[in-house]
Amino acid sequence: MSNLYISNPKEAESIHILREVAAQFEKPVLLFSGGKDSITLVRLAQKAFYPARIPFPLLHIDTGHNFPETIEFRDQLVEELGLELIVRKVQDSIDQGKVTEERGRYASRNTLQTTTLLDAIEEFKFDACIGGARRDEEKARAKERVFSVRDDFGQWDEKNQRPELFDMLNGKIHQGQNVRVFPISNWTELDVWEYIKNETIKIPSIYFAHKRSVFFRDGLIWTANEHVYRESNEEIVEKMVRFRTVGDMTCTAAVLSSAETLDEVVDEIRLSTISERGARIDDKRSEAAMEKRKKVGYF
Amino acid sequence: MENKKLIKIATAGSVDDGKSTLIGRLLYDTKSLTTDKLEAIEKTSRQRGFDYLDFSLATDGLLAEREQGITIDVAHIYFNTSKTNFVIADTPGHVEYTRNMVTGASTSQVAIILIDARKGVIEQTYRHFFISNLLRLGHVIVAVNKMDLVNYDEDTFIKIRHDFETLVEKSDFNSDQITFIPISALKGENIAKKSELMPWYLGNTLLDHLEVLETADLHESGVARFPVQYVIRPKTEKFHDFRGFSGKLYGGKLKVGDEVSILPSLTRSKIKTIQFFDQEYDEVAPGASITITLEDEVNISRGDMLVKSSEIPLSEKSVTATICQVNTRPLKVGDKFTLQHGINRVLAKVESIDSLIHTDFSGEESTQQLKLNDIGKVNFKLSKPIHFDSYKSNKSNGSFILIDEGTFDTVSVGFID
Ligand SMILES: Nc1nc2c(ncn2[C@@H]2O[C@H](COP(=O)(O)OP(=O)(O)OP(=O)(O)O)[C@@H](O)[C@H]2O)c(=O)[nH]1
Ligand SMILES: [Mg+2]
Repeated sequence: MSNLYISNPKEAESIHILREVAAQFEKPVLLFSGGKDSITLVRLAQKAFYPARIPFPLLHIDTGHNFPETIEFRDQLVEELGLELIVRKVQDSIDQGKVTEERGRYASRNTLQTTTLLDAIEEFKFDACIGGARRDEEKARAKERVFSVRDDFGQWDEKNQRPELFDMLNGKIHQGQNVRVFPISNWTELDVWEYIKNETIKIPSIYFAHKRSVFFRDGLIWTANEHVYRESNEEIVEKMVRFRTVGDMTCTAAVLSSAETLDEVVDEIRLSTISERGARIDDKRSEAAMEKRKKVGYF
Repeated sequence: MENKKLIKIATAGSVDDGKSTLIGRLLYDTKSLTTDKLEAIEKTSRQRGFDYLDFSLATDGLLAEREQGITIDVAHIYFNTSKTNFVIADTPGHVEYTRNMVTGASTSQVAIILIDARKGVIEQTYRHFFISNLLRLGHVIVAVNKMDLVNYDEDTFIKIRHDFETLVEKSDFNSDQITFIPISALKGENIAKKSELMPWYLGNTLLDHLEVLETADLHESGVARFPVQYVIRPKTEKFHDFRGFSGKLYGGKLKVGDEVSILPSLTRSKIKTIQFFDQEYDEVAPGASITITLEDEVNISRGDMLVKSSEIPLSEKSVTATICQVNTRPLKVGDKFTLQHGINRVLAKVESIDSLIHTDFSGEESTQQLKLNDIGKVNFKLSKPIHFDSYKSNKSNGSFILIDEGTFDTVSVGFID
């Protein structure tokens, strides 16, 4: 019996995109958040260039409000795969007076990341930044191209995007411009989880149900911790929770869950009636929150 | 994920025919709209004083779109049933329709062409069907929408079907590639559930029909084309002499031991291994992104193409193609571009423009230039030969884009004759 390889079409497409990045750009970088989407990207990149190493570094924009589990995980992954990791800190941008910390109930460093990211792009002269955004996440993202050209200010011109025909990718840019690349554009949240399960990819522990000190606000569940603003009447309780996305602590809410294994997590996602971004405070700020952030250079 | 069918669909139809509403409805009926998204739709619909849910809000993601109630840019929407993964491109109907539909359709196997039951077959319908034909989509679904506004009248539907069938005769489609379904996207009639208000319609609902489409018929099959995308040289101790040629395989299968030729040099060798990540295979089906090693030391770089020695494509320094202009910059005789054929780039010069093609199947006329949304036949001279097939025999190896050398924008797409 001959063993015939039939590809998973979404995986094949993502690998095609990653190889185009390596071929068309001089200084690509993979934006690594420590979340499941960027972990999936790393696996795809590993497959794309095997047996060679991934030919670009990872860049982590560190808000300083990360879950410690993600940082631990990040360092382990980098070590295991022999990757190059660059870390740039939002705290440094604050100390340099480039951005000011938000205050109050919904204070978050999420939007501040943009400045740190743009500075890092300039510092290293990155011409392609690979990100793990998916079109199913949010309605402004659904309009995003796979190769999305940004101007010198990192801005997204949503009404003037290059059409993408077949699987031909046009990454030609002028000096100072850069391209945001989204290899898993066409994946859904469930696709990502099923992939992680099938490939037995390791992910940070906070994706699985665990006991955590939390408090409730606006129907969402918050980590009780010095980085997260809490009113004195917002009572801390112990709950079994897990996270569906891991961003900054200040903008990522948990969900009640008892899913302790990948199988249970995948089942939970399959049956879930709330979207992944439903637990993101940054999107709740207004209906067009994501579009506005993208225009000024957000991931 | 591996075993599920993946069907990619492009929607088409004139402004306000209900494309976004239909997609929103499909999401709703397949329970793909999560409660938070649904609540947002309910809230906004109520704010606007509607007594129904405006499902177009599920896909019209840009601020300007929601304010104006129209779609401005292509959105990609995903939903699943237990058997199938669907990707739908929601395209805008108002301006630049040709460009948007060509873009959406280029990655799709199926088109849903919407027709407003009150308006019937109009010029836009011709155009959308013409594009489906030009891109050789596997299947076209003609959804006669807003049946609620014509009292679910059978005669209206039959008349539209009849008008459309005269177009089908002029096309390359067989009649079994075209399906007509009367629907109301707004009310959900014949979308996921069979309409009791149209008992005269005996066919499948839209969703049932999409589920039974056989993807095997929709995928291309033919000769194998392997453009080398990236050369992998690990230069590590363990893989010291490894030289792998990675890329995506199009058109047909390849297997270990196949006699292959490398274009443009026409050097011959044999396939030694076919790898995907750390696994080796005897054979590979098209669509896969793989790495191939060869028996002999051959000099291969990005843009070269590996083919079976018995199936050499054309290699020429001139090419004739049907061009669709997707940018406001017009295409004129003497213009120079970067031509990207798959992953390979050469310089191209417009030698002559044969014709502007009428998108209502009524023929062609001569022209000096192709403007945005125009479709025409153009002859190019190239700086180096490209290794191509006709679009008809191999979609990926028979298409290209033109890139403006000043702005670097993608200005045209070409389908090789
Ligand atoms: N009565 C009725 N109205 C419908 C139906 N489908 C859509 N509409 C209405 O038609 C209008 C236009 O619908 P959209 O879905 O925005 O149309 P579209 O084709 O996406 O329009 P563009 O994207 O701007 O080209 C909206 O007011 C819808 O509510 C239907 O089946 N019946
Ligand atoms: Mg629309």
